[in-house]
Amino acid sequence: MSTAKKLSLKENYALLTRGLGWEPSYQPKEEIFRTTRFEGIKIHDWDKWEDPFRLTMDAYWKYQGEKDKKLYAILDAFAQNNGQFNVSDVRYIQALKIFLTGISPLEYASHRGFCILGREFEGVGPRIAAQMQAIDELRHAQTQIHALSPYNRYFEGMSDFTHQADRVWYLSIPKSFFDDALSGGPFEYITAISFAFEYVLTNLVFMPWMSGAAYNGDMSTVSFGFSAQSDEARHMTLGIEVIKFLLEQDPDNVPIVQKWIDKWFWRGYRLLSLLAAMMDYMLPKRVMSWSEAWEVYFEKNGGALFDDLARYGIRMPKYADVTVKEKGHVGHQLWATFYQFRHAVGFPVWLPSEEEMDWLSERYPDTFDKFYRPRLEHWRELEKQGKPFVNTTLPQLCQVCQWPLLFTEPDDPTTICVREESYLGEKFHCCSDGCRDIFRDEPEKYVHAHLPVSQIYQGNYFLPDADPSAPGFNPLVEALRYMGIQPGVDGGDFAGHADAVNWERWTGRPASMHEPMQTAAPAPDRKTA
Amino acid sequence: MTVEIRTQSIKPVRQTFAHLARRFGDKPSSRYQEATYNLQSEVNRHYKPLWDPDRDIYDRRRTAVVMADWYALKDPRNHYYATWTAARSKAQEALDTQMQFAEQRGLLRELPEAARDAIVFALVPLRHYEWGANTNGCHISAYAWGTAVSQAASMATMDRLGMAQHLSRIGLLADGNSGESLARAKQAWMAHPAWQGVRREVETMFVTRDWFELLVAQALVADALVYALFYGHFDRAFARQHGPALAALLDFLVKWQDETARWVDACVKTAAAESAENRALITGWVMRWRAAWLTALRPLADATMGADGAAALDAVDAALGQRLAKLGIAG
Repeated sequence: MSTAKKLSLKENYALLTRGLGWEPSYQPKEEIFRTTRFEGIKIHDWDKWEDPFRLTMDAYWKYQGEKDKKLYAILDAFAQNNGQFNVSDVRYIQALKIFLTGISPLEYASHRGFCILGREFEGVGPRIAAQMQAIDELRHAQTQIHALSPYNRYFEGMSDFTHQADRVWYLSIPKSFFDDALSGGPFEYITAISFAFEYVLTNLVFMPWMSGAAYNGDMSTVSFGFSAQSDEARHMTLGIEVIKFLLEQDPDNVPIVQKWIDKWFWRGYRLLSLLAAMMDYMLPKRVMSWSEAWEVYFEKNGGALFDDLARYGIRMPKYADVTVKEKGHVGHQLWATFYQFRHAVGFPVWLPSEEEMDWLSERYPDTFDKFYRPRLEHWRELEKQGKPFVNTTLPQLCQVCQWPLLFTEPDDPTTICVREESYLGEKFHCCSDGCRDIFRDEPEKYVHAHLPVSQIYQGNYFLPDADPSAPGFNPLVEALRYMGIQPGVDGGDFAGHADAVNWERWTGRPASMHEPMQTAAPAPDRKTA
Repeated sequence: MTVEIRTQSIKPVRQTFAHLARRFGDKPSSRYQEATYNLQSEVNRHYKPLWDPDRDIYDRRRTAVVMADWYALKDPRNHYYATWTAARSKAQEALDTQMQFAEQRGLLRELPEAARDAIVFALVPLRHYEWGANTNGCHISAYAWGTAVSQAASMATMDRLGMAQHLSRIGLLADGNSGESLARAKQAWMAHPAWQGVRREVETMFVTRDWFELLVAQALVADALVYALFYGHFDRAFARQHGPALAALLDFLVKWQDETARWVDACVKTAAAESAENRALITGWVMRWRAAWLTALRPLADATMGADGAAALDAVDAALGQRLAKLGIAG
């Protein structure tokens, strides 16, 4: 009997994959693939793409199927054991709300973006890579929702996450980030998401988040996180491969790619500033400070990466130096902003405990005591006097990143940074030189930005039954109703918040592990069924 | 199996997410529901896509079909990512046993040359058909409205890559892993007159922009004809001459098509039932694509099944007609 030739993994993959595509002859190629030329990127040979994974579908199904079997077993056990009551304290759960409302919808958006690439790229290799990432991203959106679902049954502020993701003012920040990438061409999208975000910045999301979940006893989040990690490893490899591919195909691609790296590094950095507030203020048990995370995951690792890319003519992203100057400030500035606007956000906000202030002083020796501690202590004093500080104005938003203008000048932490731009006779504001440059490069794009505060002023953020001519009409209250935020239920003060009160009643433990019980503690009403 | 575990019970504040409660009432949701409904952003878009400046990133106008609620096109299989991978992984494990057996016993490569030639000519080129279907599925997942359709289309996209790779493996089983069968099959796909109608229609689908039309053309019309013709009629004709070695390897494709057709039928039936306009649109597409695919497949049916080809094609077309009637389409 004859024997079959033994194939190496590489040969096998090439045979099963590479030859699948063909040169069309009944329809013009330009009509089949319509979006790969307008960005100015030149690809001479799509087959030069090196498949980083060589994963055929049979292996993908078995590998992923096995992972999900394990993951869902843990999620089931978590729900069965009321795992949501075993986390450090209920402040941790507030961070999960930001994740579900701000990040999970992005996973879905990412799924759609990679579907577009999976359709539009001309080469078989890059299309399969994009398609696999597309379906992985769907997995991430879905496993996150499933993992967080038990929390929603007991805590406020998560329930209407899909509605809020499209309407809440600060959720416009993550949403605009992905809309920006999705509305670009396929090469900008993959540079933005696969390289700038996944490759350069994703560790910053991943390590502190998942370690934070582990430190705070959230096995559900840890499980989906670690289960997603092997997907992420593939996505990161795709990110670096795609950059090398673009740069090697034509020298004319280099300046285009550099411009995108500059833009998307800054865009990603501004988005991740949210993480700074979460790491420094929201995790009851802290893993590391934002400043330390930035040093390890960007300054060190990113530095080495860009040294390596220098041979292609790629340099460090513009304004990387500004991020280093800001690392001692952004978390404090953001948390102070959330505190001032706590009546208008989807989660309650608190001032750090004495123990936490000391930790911040120690981790931020150059900035916290000098610029931020006095203000927090002042606010605490006002709370004690029963006159807590609230900012009832509407903030001015940056036209690009959509954060309120809350960041300070890189070299002067006492002055808010404001950059004003004119386009077609209209004025626009940016929070930084980074965002201003992005605006200047494509003003015709950014004038279309959907800024929630402007929408409120234009009367677009009211429900049909709202009557602006009625006596005592309060535009902020009506806008919150439109956004799907229930004032005093979703956000507001942490003291006396439904989550805090319920937590103490259900667990018999203080809502903040560093403070005494808020409520006179009755015996917890946990019954054994 | 019921395991009694002592659990602490605290009455939840709510049973499910608000968007699901609005649809189904405040009761526990299934994981399919949690994973699907309202996940795609619907309002307050930021920028105009550079690749389609007259429309939004997600835009209902990318098909002429109009639905009051696109989530009416739910998947009767209730597949979300985890159940989909579980189902495929199980089917793949069963197939692996068959493939291993075929490989060890040389079931295909020991066949007479004429039989191997028939496999290489009739079946292996279909790996390109599957790659075309992958492209079309990806178009649907990229440009459809709503997660119900986008996720099912995305799964179908990956399924088609899996089918293309499976057909490639059948080629490798026939040629002893030389890859020579794949080269010959590609030659047939590119240049043999009997295959050109099929390739022409696949390429026509590549420039068809309306994603619902593409669903009708690819997943309803073309797949119904191609799958029944090759994995039904051709397979039976082959088995009569050369024994059942091939049938065991094609069962994977047949079962997959049976399962996926449930999703396709649910989409088409629901959209057609929504309005007379939708029904007229879908009927028009079905008629056009059915005629085009029958024309394309006729020479191929003759070339692969000889004198039985015409009758086989008529039979699969009649079966399609019955299926369409059940969907309320007079195709």
